[in-house]
Formats: sequence, structure tokens, C-alpha cells
Amino acid sequence: MSASAAKVARRRLTNVVFEAFCVVVTVVALAALAAILWSLLSKGIVGLNLDTFTLSTPAPGSRGGLANAIVGSIMMCLLAMVMSVVVGVLAGTWLAEYGGRSAYGSVVRFLNDVLLSAPSILVGLFVYEILVAPFHSFSGFAGSVALALLAVPVITRTTEDVLSLQAATLREAGVALGAPLSYVIRTIIWRSARSGLLTGALLAFARISGETAPLLFTALNNQFFSLDLRGQTANLPIVIYNFALSAQEDWQRLAWTGALLIAATVLAVTVVARIVAKEQRRS
Amino acid sequence: MTDQALPAAGRSMPDKPTRRSSPRGALVGQVFEGLCFAAATALLVALGGLIFSLVLGGWPAMKTFGIGFLFSTTWNPVTDVYGAAGPVVGTLVTAAVALIIALPIAGGVAFFLTELCPAALRRPIGTAVELLAGIPSIVYGMWGLFVFAPLFSKFIQLPLMSAAAPGSLLEKLTTGVPNGSGILSASIILAIMILPFMAATLRELLLTVPPTVRESAYGLGATTAEVVMSVTLPYVRTGAIGAVMLGLGRALGETMAVTFIIGNSHGFPKSMFDSGSTIASTIANEFTEATSPMHVSALIALGLVLFVITFTVLGLARLMLRMQGARL
Amino acid sequence: MNTLNQVEDFATSIADVDKANVKVDVRALNFFYGKTPALKNVSIPFARNKVTALIGPSGCGKSTLLRTLNRMYALYPGQRAEGEIMLDGENILAPGADLARLRARVGMVFQKPTPFPMTVYDNVAFGIRLYENLSKVDMDVRVEEALTRAALWGEVKDNLKGPGLGLSGGQQQRLCVARGVAVRPEVLLLDEPTSALDPISSAKLEETVTQLKADHTIVIVTHNLGQAGRVSDYTGFMYLGELIEFGPTEDLFQRPATKKTSDYITGRFG
Repeated sequence: MSASAAKVARRRLTNVVFEAFCVVVTVVALAALAAILWSLLSKGIVGLNLDTFTLSTPAPGSRGGLANAIVGSIMMCLLAMVMSVVVGVLAGTWLAEYGGRSAYGSVVRFLNDVLLSAPSILVGLFVYEILVAPFHSFSGFAGSVALALLAVPVITRTTEDVLSLQAATLREAGVALGAPLSYVIRTIIWRSARSGLLTGALLAFARISGETAPLLFTALNNQFFSLDLRGQTANLPIVIYNFALSAQEDWQRLAWTGALLIAATVLAVTVVARIVAKEQRRS
Repeated sequence: MTDQALPAAGRSMPDKPTRRSSPRGALVGQVFEGLCFAAATALLVALGGLIFSLVLGGWPAMKTFGIGFLFSTTWNPVTDVYGAAGPVVGTLVTAAVALIIALPIAGGVAFFLTELCPAALRRPIGTAVELLAGIPSIVYGMWGLFVFAPLFSKFIQLPLMSAAAPGSLLEKLTTGVPNGSGILSASIILAIMILPFMAATLRELLLTVPPTVRESAYGLGATTAEVVMSVTLPYVRTGAIGAVMLGLGRALGETMAVTFIIGNSHGFPKSMFDSGSTIASTIANEFTEATSPMHVSALIALGLVLFVITFTVLGLARLMLRMQGARL
Repeated sequence: MNTLNQVEDFATSIADVDKANVKVDVRALNFFYGKTPALKNVSIPFARNKVTALIGPSGCGKSTLLRTLNRMYALYPGQRAEGEIMLDGENILAPGADLARLRARVGMVFQKPTPFPMTVYDNVAFGIRLYENLSKVDMDVRVEEALTRAALWGEVKDNLKGPGLGLSGGQQQRLCVARGVAVRPEVLLLDEPTSALDPISSAKLEETVTQLKADHTIVIVTHNLGQAGRVSDYTGFMYLGELIEFGPTEDLFQRPATKKTSDYITGRFG
């Protein structure tokens, strides 16, 4: 009896240690992440004012903002989204509706999943080789292509997932009226899955809007305000990177402000994506 | 419409020339399917192009330095001689150490969220962890450089270095410049970066365990620790390994969280506090400034090495997740 | 079990269906899901402007038979049918048959309501727009006509621009019937159309079916024997992929020719 009592005591002790460990690491992890968010907020908000949105990146010691980088980032991300939504939705549709069960389909699906978390710097190298080196010019367009390559796997994946969730009878009901399958997909299935598709696009946008590495060798940077994606294009991530590593304190302050803007955008977009996804689940 | 049994149809709407011979959308049907197929194939073409461009670009360096490229620690742009051992080891070591740090913490967070957390906190904390997984890595890098490094230097590096007796193992491990950057600092920042991602993935996996399985274990009088360690975790074992490897894949390929704080020196790191480099940080630092073709080629060859490492890890991770029947 | 014998058993019943009045004639149909046979040598006529019910326990192949009549199975690789299905003397199983065209002639309503994610009006107009270019006025007439036939017009006429998904379950199902009849199919396939509905909606739908037979040849799969008795003129009883018995509904229910049939309709199995 005492042996079994000792065993119970030991088991209970083990459990207390285990539970305490889980609680402690959760607190530590959340504290570390809260510390990061706090630094971001407190250091970023210092430099945040109207100038941030109206003036271009300054020379050291002079007044300036991030307008050129913000506009450049928005242009590149939007162009990347247009390209990646077209390709990603079509590819996801093929996987869900046409060829997903074939051997080729499972190869595509597998490699897409792998690309989903591929190192973004390699995508930057690739786009440098095909779009920058041959033309001897860094360009915002090349940056967009690099970002699009990162967004496509996300969109392909979510598209396939949400289309597969649509009821088979919906598809059959359309076909039963004599509509070609492709017409049913475009007019009924896509419409029925639209908030899911939107979620995928938003998540992809959140993913690419803070990407720095692939822009290092593609869009590079531009001190001046420019709407021309054919040349070097200023963008937030690279400005943050350059300014943070500089010795200028005002540049470092702008870097924090930029980082705050990006993180806030990503968080906001992710939250919206989650709300939209919940909507889809409800309907 | 030849059927006489349709009086209504015949009466009110005789076949007019407006009648189509084939339905709306029929013509573009084939084209549409072709476009979808082309888009799916474009994914493969992009991946193929990526591999091809890395091999092509890295070829001069690989030809010149041969297999020794992987084992030499010399990285000298002045003499144009390059060896990848420093960055490769830096990549593997930082990722491995980051994983060792992050794994128990991520596991603890996931167990806490699935087994111990009060219901009212479950959703907010779970959501917060998922949101944090999306924060751009450059934010982690900046925080590492400006906030973490000074604290790390003051409270960890300096005390340890002064406590180390000359000639002791501790002294060997802690030599370096106490400025807060280096291999260990980079590993810790990487660990913090992959932590939310791994915790969120593990949590999602643990939620796939049928409630009845957990409940029957609790029903037998098992403690939380026993349920987690001998029932739910083994239940998702393959998937959990896959999820961990997914985290490892991220750590291996990460650029920005590392570049800020690893110190960026080539060659073999000699201690925990020594500065070093990873493949990604080397490429990020040098690619746009490389002027000699051999330097560029060596950097691209480094990229190829990174590609092989990460795609092996990520591929295995995906296979394991698929065996678990989970798509995360 | 010898299928040939059974064919003889109800050969007289089949003869009851006037040959000239057969709209769809299924002859020696075999169906496979991959390698698994689901229908074995099924021959059954569907009479013009009559309601034919298919009954039998779950998995007997009645829904499979229904899905061969508009070749819905062709959406799924690995499913195939052998034999002949003559629609007005034309074999719809022949290679090269125009499937879209066939499905416009053979409409289908499913077990669960499947309103499209669009307005009530657009749901009904969807099929019409596929084949006809109608003016707004003509289209309005057609939509009203279809909704009236499905006994839904009164309930939705003020809400045509509302979403189809906003209707109640019974209304959604009648919307699907309206959508099906709007394209004026010659044959209408109903796959357990009331199994997801409450009794009142079911009764309304049964009434609709009875009215629709003036213009359409109707095949209805049902689990509900009472429903088969109420709405159908002919009934086929299926079991394990075979057609066990076929005949006028009254005969089959009151004087079943085989023991299997009588066991099933008296509730001894299934």
C-alpha cells in the first residue's frame, strides 16, 4: 500500500512539475513577444508624424519621412498581388477541380507546399538572375515578381482548400442544368467560395508586405519619390534595413517607424483575413 | 426540342433563332481548363527555373573550387578564393540551437493552450500566438540589434566572461567581443522568431486528437502530464516531427532576423559569443556589393547549398505532415 | 439469384408500359465505381409524362441509376457505365454524346437544396441564360412561369432580388425545382427530394411533382414508401444493384411478385 502511495505521490509531483513548466514557458514566451511589440510601439511612435507620409527619405540630419518608400511598397505589393491572384487562383482551381487527383496533381501540390516556406532570399536571387542581370537594372517590377513568387503558393493553397470545401452537389447542380463545368466553376463555385478566396489573398498580402530579403537584389532602393516601377523603387523593408544599420540616429528612428507601420499593416490585414474566414465558415 | 409532350414549351416559346446550339461558356471551357493547368504548371516551371538559375549562376564557383568549396573556411573577396564551410556551419548551428531553445518552449505553450489554459484565455492567447507568427522577420532582427544585444552583453556575456577561469572550457566557449552579437545571440533571436509559428502549428495538431481519446485517458485517472506525454503527443507524433522540421526549415532560410545580429564574419565560429555568418546573411550582405564575377558566382553557389538543405528539410516535413493526414 | 428468371417474372408488367410511350429506355445497364460493380444488368423503361419511383434499401443502386440518366457520373474519373440508355431512341451512353445538351434535356433536383450563391431570380434564370438569349421581359415571364410551376411564386414574388440562400429549406428545394423546370427539360430526375424537408414542405413538393408530370417525364428516388405510393405511376424495386421488380405502382405495392419486394414493402428489412 505504501509503495503505491509513493507511486501516486511521484506521479503527482511529475505532473506538478510538468504543468508548472508549461505555465512558466508560456508566460516567458508571451512576455518576450510582448517586449518586442512594446519596443516596436514605443520606439516607432516617436518618429511617427505627418512628415512620415508626406516627405521622402531624408539625407542624414535633415527633415524627412517615408513617403517614397510607402508608395513604392504599396505599388509593388499591389502589382505582385494582381499577378499572384491570377496565377494562384487558377492553379488552386486546377488542383481542386481538374487534375488534383492525378499523379501530376500530387506533385504540384507537394512542391507548392514546399515552396510555401521556401527561403525568400533564394527567390530574390532567382529573380535577380532572370530580370535584373539580363537588363543591367534593378527595378520595382523585378521586386514585384519576386513578391508574387512568394504569394502564389499561399494563394494556390488556400484556393484549393476552400474550393474543396464547397459541396459536390453545388457543382453537380450547376452541371445538371447543362452548364459546362468551367462555367459552373466560374459563376457558382468561385462565387460561393469568394470570402475564402479573399482570405487567401489577404494572408498572401500579409506575408509579402514585410518581406525584405527578396527585395535586396531586385527593387533595391531609391532615395527619391518615383512612380516608375521600371527603375529602382524605394520600399519600406529595404529602407528599414538600411536605416537601422546606419549610424545616424534620426535614420534609426525612421527605421523603427517604418517597422511599426509594416507590423501594424500585417497585423491588421491578418485580423481582417480571420474575420473574413469566419464569415465564410458561417455561410 | 422535338418532344410533343411539352405543350407549355411549344406554346409559349417556340424555338427562336436566339436559341444557342451550345451553352454559354462552352467555347471558353477548354481554354479555361488549359489556363488552370498552365497556372499549376507555372509553379513547377518557377521551381525548375529557380534550381536551374542557381546551378547556372553557381557553376563557375563550383567548377573552380570543386567539392572543396563545401569544406574550405576561406572566404576572401580580395584574392577571389571562396569556401562555404563558415556560412554553412553557421547556418546549421544557429538553426539547430534555435530549435533546441524553441522546441520545449513551443511545446509547453501548445500543451498549456490545449490542456491547462482556462477556457476564457484559450482563444485570446491562441489568436495572439497565431498573429505573432505573421510578424515580419525584420522586426525581430531590429529588436535583436537594438534591444536584445545591449541587454545580452551586459547581463549574460560580461558576467560569464569575467567568471570564466583562464584556460577553462567556459573561457573557450565565451571568447569573443562582448557587444551582444554573435552566434548564440542570433540563435536566440531565431528561436523567438520561430516560436509562435511552431507553437501555433503544434497546437493545431494537438487539436486534431479526437476528444474521446483524451477523455478516456483522463477517465483512467491519468494526470495531465501523462495524457500529453503518453496519449496526445504520440497520437500526432509524425505530424509533430513534421511541424518541428517546418520550423527548422524557417530557421535555416531566415535572413533578416539573423543578419542584424550574427556579426557577419566569415570563417568558423570559435565560441558561443564569436561572430559568424549564415548562408542567407552572407548573401544578403555581399550580393549587391560583389564586383568580381567569381564572388557573385560563389554567393549563388552558397544559395544552391541553402536550397538543397532547406528543401530536403521542408520536403521531409511535408511528407511527415501528410502521413499524419494533416495539412498545415 | 438468376436475373433472367426475374426478368421473366415481371415481363408482363414491363409490357404494360406502352412501347410507344417509353421516354427513356434503360437496357442491360451495368455500372462500376472503379472495379466495384454497382448496377448489374438493369433494364427499365421510364414512361412519358408519368412518374416512376425507384425504391430500395440504402446502397441498392437507385441513386446510381438516376445519375446515369444524365451522366452525372462522368464528372468523376473511374466511374463508368456499360449498356444502353435510349432517350427518344438515341443512346446517351454512346461516346461523343453532347453532355451539356443532354443535361439541359434531363434536369435534376438533389437530396439537399442546392441554391446557387445569387438572387432568387438569377438562380432560376441561370439555366435559361445558358441556352437562350432572352429579353428582360421574356426572361421575367419565364422566371415567373418556372416559379409558379414549382409552387413558389406566391412566396417569393416580392423578394426576387433577395439571396436564394436566404429562403427556408423547403423554399430552397422548390427553388431548385423551379430552376430545374425553367430550362424545360423533357425528363426530371428527383434524388430523394424531400429527405431534408419537414412534412409540410414535403407535402407541397409532392403536390408540385404531381402537377409537373403533365409536361415532364419524372423519375424519383425515394426512401419514403408512402411517397412512392402517392406520387408515382410506376415503381421499380432495387436491391444490391439489381432491379428486382418493376410495375405499376398499385400492382407492386398490393401484389408484389417476389418475396424480396413484399418483405421490403412490409418493412421486414431495409
